[in-house]
Amino acid sequence: MSEDRRVIYLDNAATTRTRPEVVEAMLPYFTEYYGNPSSVYEFSGVSKNAVAKARKIIADSIGAKPQEIYFTAGGSESDNWALKAAAEAMEEKGRHIITSKIEHHAVLHTCQYLEKRGFEVTYLDVDEDGVVKLDELKGAIRPDTILISIMFANNEIGTIQPVKEIGAIAKDHGIWFHTDAVQAYGHLPIDVDECQIDMMSASGHKINGPKGIGFLYIRTGVKIRSFIHGGAQERKRRAGTENVPGIVGLGKAAQIAADTLAERKKKEEGLREYLMERVLAEVPYARVNGHRSMRLPNNCNFAFQFIEGESLLIMLDMAGICGSSGSACTSGSLDPSHVLLAIGLPHEIAHGSLRLTLSEENTREEMDYVAEEIKRIVERLRSMSPLYEDFIRGKKKNHQQ
Amino acid sequence: MYSEKVMDHFQNPRNVGEIEHASGMGTVGNAKCGDIMRIYLDIDENQIIRDVKFKTFGCGAAVATSSMATELVKGKSIQEAMQVTNKAVMEALDGLPPVKVHCSLLAEEAIHAALWDYAQKHQMTIEGLEQPKSDIGEEEEEEEY
Repeated sequence: MSEDRRVIYLDNAATTRTRPEVVEAMLPYFTEYYGNPSSVYEFSGVSKNAVAKARKIIADSIGAKPQEIYFTAGGSESDNWALKAAAEAMEEKGRHIITSKIEHHAVLHTCQYLEKRGFEVTYLDVDEDGVVKLDELKGAIRPDTILISIMFANNEIGTIQPVKEIGAIAKDHGIWFHTDAVQAYGHLPIDVDECQIDMMSASGHKINGPKGIGFLYIRTGVKIRSFIHGGAQERKRRAGTENVPGIVGLGKAAQIAADTLAERKKKEEGLREYLMERVLAEVPYARVNGHRSMRLPNNCNFAFQFIEGESLLIMLDMAGICGSSGSACTSGSLDPSHVLLAIGLPHEIAHGSLRLTLSEENTREEMDYVAEEIKRIVERLRSMSPLYEDFIRGKKKNHQQ
Repeated sequence: MYSEKVMDHFQNPRNVGEIEHASGMGTVGNAKCGDIMRIYLDIDENQIIRDVKFKTFGCGAAVATSSMATELVKGKSIQEAMQVTNKAVMEALDGLPPVKVHCSLLAEEAIHAALWDYAQKHQMTIEGLEQPKSDIGEEEEEEEY
């Protein structure tokens, strides 16, 4: 890629740009204050304090206590830990877990792993907007249910789940509630007490922090097993020398995310609505996937009939636009996204999906360019599509009759 | 992930379009898997492929293999066109990523399906040609919203 080429980055659900302030905050902890937080001498106290400070910032951002925050290598690790360790801790009580069909693979594949080890998992359906049905959740609860794991907001279609209601249901039945908040943390206000969340996964690189760092919130009293055995780090539950620069970076990113949340949310929602309205008004046979209002501020997800997602992505890339698709071709399998199928899209439409996830750095002028390019590319791909040809012929035939 | 030739044939596909009153037309693949190819052939009285057009619903590799397959059969005799295998299409494109090899198979099948249609119309048999198995037919309905 040539360096002067214009790039419009619209894949912030995949990862975000690390803020320069975050990098700046991290740097001293590589070369200056590189001490091991577990050591006794004063020099390593700087690292230890930095870790404590980050932990406090993160705890404050979700209404938790610092000792309830456990640093991990990221969202997938947090999800794995929460599910496997909760299952192991509670297997005497029961072996039934409830989750949804639209979870991230870090949750779904962990559930499949647990099924192989004798646990039973109920995968709840969602409605056409991607919202978990609360009646079905209540109906799925059994005496041996030990855990409910429902994501805060979906990574593909952006739909926000009724987390507060789910937390209340879990509490009523004395069942632990875990939520994968990787897409929501730092983008939506979250209060773990208000939502009665027992465990929550989050990741640094989705909030303009560094990659390879995240956390799992574990409510006091939720006694799950340790994830990594070894030293006494993270209250002995996740051993290993702390990723001090990563933790500092995550703390800084969390601080900025909390301070700017309301303003950022408003700006991103404005851009999102503008782009969605333009595309829906100007591109025929297009739809928006996911709930129209209960959705992540930066998430646009479209389906364009008669075309395939990977071709669309490559052509957008040639126009300098970075997006993603739920098309099979982008996942390396023949099946399109499990999320798009779960909301009831037929396979051929699910193949033509496009996810654009914005950031506060985007502009309205960029959205205009993106809308124009989508229009041009969709039209071009349709002119090559046998499905579109059949559709137009069918329309002409109907017209003649 | 794609070779320069694949990108070239994706960006500037050769022979896109339809042929009215084609001598043979074949459609293979299905929307469920995300790839559909349609090939139109115009075959003259000496059984030479005078013209060929295609339409494809699919990924970059699907478009590029369709484009290359049409280039390889254009101006050829039916027997020569029968020699255009998926391997030949892949080689002409300087290779495909392993997960996209099925696209080249689909291109070969699409040519065969169009030749089969031609043979049916002319009540003849083409040596080595069997009835294509993945023709989606014309009746598949589109959903609209």
